[in-house]
Formats: sequence, C-alpha cells, structure tokens
Amino acid sequence: MPEVKKKTKEHESVLVLLQEAQEKFGYIPEDFMANVARSLDISLSEVFGVATFYSFLTCKPLGRNVIRVCKSLPCCLKDAQMIIESVESELRIKPGETTTDGKFSLTLTNCVGACDKAPAMMINDDTYTDLTPGKISQILKKCK
Amino acid sequence: MPQKRVVLKNCGIIDPRQIATYLQQDGFKAWQKVSTEMTPEQVIEEVKTSGLRGRGGAGFPCWLKWDLARKSPGIEKYVICNADEGEMGTFKDKYILGNDPFSLIEGIAIAAYAVGARQSFIYLRAEYHYLLDLLQQAIKQVEAKGFLKHVKIDIRLGAGAYVCGEESALMDSIEGKRGEARYRPPFPTTEGLWQKPTTINNVETLMNIPQIILNGASWFNQIGTERSKGTKVFSVSGDVAKPGVYELVLGTPLRELVVDLAAGEKIKAVQVGGSAGRIVPYDKIDTPLSFETVLGSGAVIVLNESRDIVNAVYKSLEFLAEESCGKCAPCREGTKAIVGIMEKFSKGEGSERDIKLLEQLSSALPLSSLCGLGQAAPFPVMDSLQYFKDSYQSRIKEKKVGVVK
Repeated sequence: MPEVKKKTKEHESVLVLLQEAQEKFGYIPEDFMANVARSLDISLSEVFGVATFYSFLTCKPLGRNVIRVCKSLPCCLKDAQMIIESVESELRIKPGETTTDGKFSLTLTNCVGACDKAPAMMINDDTYTDLTPGKISQILKKCK
Repeated sequence: MPQKRVVLKNCGIIDPRQIATYLQQDGFKAWQKVSTEMTPEQVIEEVKTSGLRGRGGAGFPCWLKWDLARKSPGIEKYVICNADEGEMGTFKDKYILGNDPFSLIEGIAIAAYAVGARQSFIYLRAEYHYLLDLLQQAIKQVEAKGFLKHVKIDIRLGAGAYVCGEESALMDSIEGKRGEARYRPPFPTTEGLWQKPTTINNVETLMNIPQIILNGASWFNQIGTERSKGTKVFSVSGDVAKPGVYELVLGTPLRELVVDLAAGEKIKAVQVGGSAGRIVPYDKIDTPLSFETVLGSGAVIVLNESRDIVNAVYKSLEFLAEESCGKCAPCREGTKAIVGIMEKFSKGEGSERDIKLLEQLSSALPLSSLCGLGQAAPFPVMDSLQYFKDSYQSRIKEKKVGVVK
C-alpha cells in the first residue's frame, strides 16, 4: 500500500500530496487518499473532495498518454471538432475512455492557452498546436 | 497610438535561461535602487503615483493592495504572483514567463520588499507545467546573484481549474484545498493565504514594476488614458491572419489591434476579455481599449461575418458552467441554466420566453454571485442580446439548428 510521508510542515498541502501520487501512479489510488486523510488528521471526504475538484487529478487509472483536446471557443473557431473526431477515429475511443492496451486516454479540456496556434491539444505535459488530422496520426504514432 | 514595449521590453532580446543577458538590459537595477535608496513606503508611493492597475482583469489599484497588506498587523505576510492564466483566449502570461522570467522575479522582489513579505508563491497553471523548469532555474540564478535575500520564491503548480485564477480560490488551492472562492470580507490584504496578509498580483502587473521604478512614476503616468495608465498586453485569436501577443498603449482603439495589427477581415464582432468578456460589434470597433471601456485580461477573440454569435456565446457559457467552483448557487445553477437555454437555441428550440429568461438570469447573476466568475458570466449573453438580438430571433423563426463551426 502506498505510504504517505509523515506530516513535516505546518502547511502540508493535500493538493501537493495528491499531485505527487498522480505523477507517481498515474492516478490517485483510494488507499493513498485514506493514508493522506489519516496522516493529516482530516476526513477522507475532504481528501476526495480535493482529488475530484481538479481536472488534472483522476481517481481511476488512465492511459500512459493522456490526450486533452481543447474544446474552448478559440479552438472551436479553428475546427477543434475535426481534431476530436480525428483522434477518436485513430484510437477508436470516445472522450472519457482509455484504449484497451492502456496506451491512450482521451479527454476534452478547456483552454490550454495556445489560442494563437489553434486548434491545440496536450499529451501529458506537452502541447501540440496548429493541428490537422494529418498531424494527429503522426503525433500519435510517436507516443510510446 | 503606437505599439509600445514596456512589459515585453526584454522578450525576444534576452535569453530567459541566462541572467547575464538580463543584467545587460538594466536587469535588477530597479531592485538595487529600491533596496539602497527607497523605503517600502516610498516604493508604494511611487507605484501609487504611476497609476498602475491590476492586469488580471479587475483593474484594482496595485499600490492599494500593497499598502493595505503592509499596514495589516503581523510579521508573516505573503506576495503571490497569479500565473494561473486560464481565461479562454488568453496566452500572454505564457509568452511573458517563457521569454522574460527575470523581470517578473524582479517585480516580485520589489513587491515583497514593499509589502514586507518574506515568502512569495508563483501559482502556475498545470497546463504550463513545461515552464516550471525555466522558472525554477531563473529563480536559482537570481538567488545566486544575491537579489533574493529578503524573500523566498516558491512555485506552486495548479491542477486544472480555471476558477483558481480568482484570487481567493487561488489561495485555497495553495493551501491544498479545493479551489473555491471565499466570502469577502475579510479581504486577502488582511486575511489571505493561511489567514495572513497577502497581496496577489497578475504576472503582467508585476512585470510593470521594475520599469516604473527605473523610469519613474511620472513617465508611466504619461502613458495611456486618464484612468488607464501604461500599456496592456493582448492575446489575439480567432478570425485574424496574424494571431498572437501584442502590447499597446492603453486607450488604443480596438480597430488598431484587430484590423491593423492582427489583420482581421470582415469582422462581425470581437469578444474582449474572454469567456466572461464583452462582445463588441463591428460598428463599435473604434472603442478604445481601457479600464473605462473594455479590457479584461486582454483576451481578444475575433469573429468574422460567417460566425453565429449565439453559438459563440453558447461556447463561452459552457466553459464558465463547467469551470464554476460550485460553492455558490447563483453561479453553479445560474450558469447551468443559461447553458440549458443556449442549448435550446442551438437545437432550434428557443422561444421568446427563453430570451426573457436569459435577460432575467443576466441581471441576477452579477448581483448574487460570490466571485467574479458568476458576476461576469452573463456579460456575453447581455451583450449579444443587446447587439445581436436578431440572431436569437431568426433562430426562433427559422428553428435554425447548429453549434459552433
């Protein structure tokens, strides 16, 4: 069971602990949340509340490559829908799903701050811009 | 009025990974002047004389935040730099952070000195994680030069939540909680981060500080309009040939930005300020960009004649409804209700009664919402009803269907 480091600082942050778990496990396991609650002496629901508030935290395992396609207005004006459909057909999954081999998860996201180079998407920490359906298949092929 | 580089002065000129290149451009001369010749009160007075107002969207006088936090009792105080640029259509802070992190750090150093804070946080949105290393290296280099002996700067990463750009939600997020807006008062300047006096400034606001100190408040005060001093950095996207980041003197007509610089053609409307921004129809394209008129965070989304305003508003409100923190009912339920009605219009099922409902919701949300998200959410709805009511009415008549294309 993943252990939580003992509370050392006065201002220990639940969010930072959960971000570390997300980074390490690719999601936040239930056990981990229980340990955070215990070690910081707060309720499990409080920890769960934080874990489910932020879109970059997830309580279920995701694929190794998390694809976040921007669906906000500036990307929509540049045909984001076409990009979404292109990723869907390449990977044969819908937003919210993970490929059976655990390689990709697809999700839609709000503005990633690349509106001048729309349409845009993120894969894990990297942003891909000026997307076209042709570029999508190349980018996906390079993912490990 | 021309383009003028104050905030972006060093962008593209210095190497953001080499402090030596920043020092060659008078880097940290402002800090040296502050730390050797000025008292914190004099710094605040200088910023007051400059007329600098917050660049995150609300336009609160910068000096007043500093002064209130300085005068609040207590030794433990904080300066926070808001780099949670989540507003739809905004990417200027990303450009600034990636090109000139040193000016920002110098601005934070001066702010911390003025306020009396020994700890500062830069709250960086999760989507900009790739800038983390650059920023950390920049802080290390500045520390090594001995310019940060009075304050420690730490970076906190967001985790994907637009509302965390709202100052009180941001502080809750740094505390490790859900990023929900707080009731005010107490204001951050008296009870902010961990209930200690805190000032929170946007990236762009802090970027102005070294220039104000170096060139003098009266220099800064001469730029801009009566109530909007200095320049503003704009993020232009949408239907233009040259999207990107532009810095203009405040008061410059919108036309110069979107037509002359960004090369927009056949413009129908411009959404200024992002998701909760104002919609400016083409016949008002000469509106000056300032706090007195339209400005917000500097997001400028251009819509050409082929676009349907109803759809653009629908997308904006969908964004806000999803990003509402959910703490107060007017915003949580109100934005959802507006989206529901907009969806009806997108399906060709809107009615005159729905227009009335939109008007009612639009007047209720600003009065009853806890923070700026809900308060400003109806702006695009109100503006579209004022300038483009025919778009709604033609959809009612023709039962027109369609989402944003």
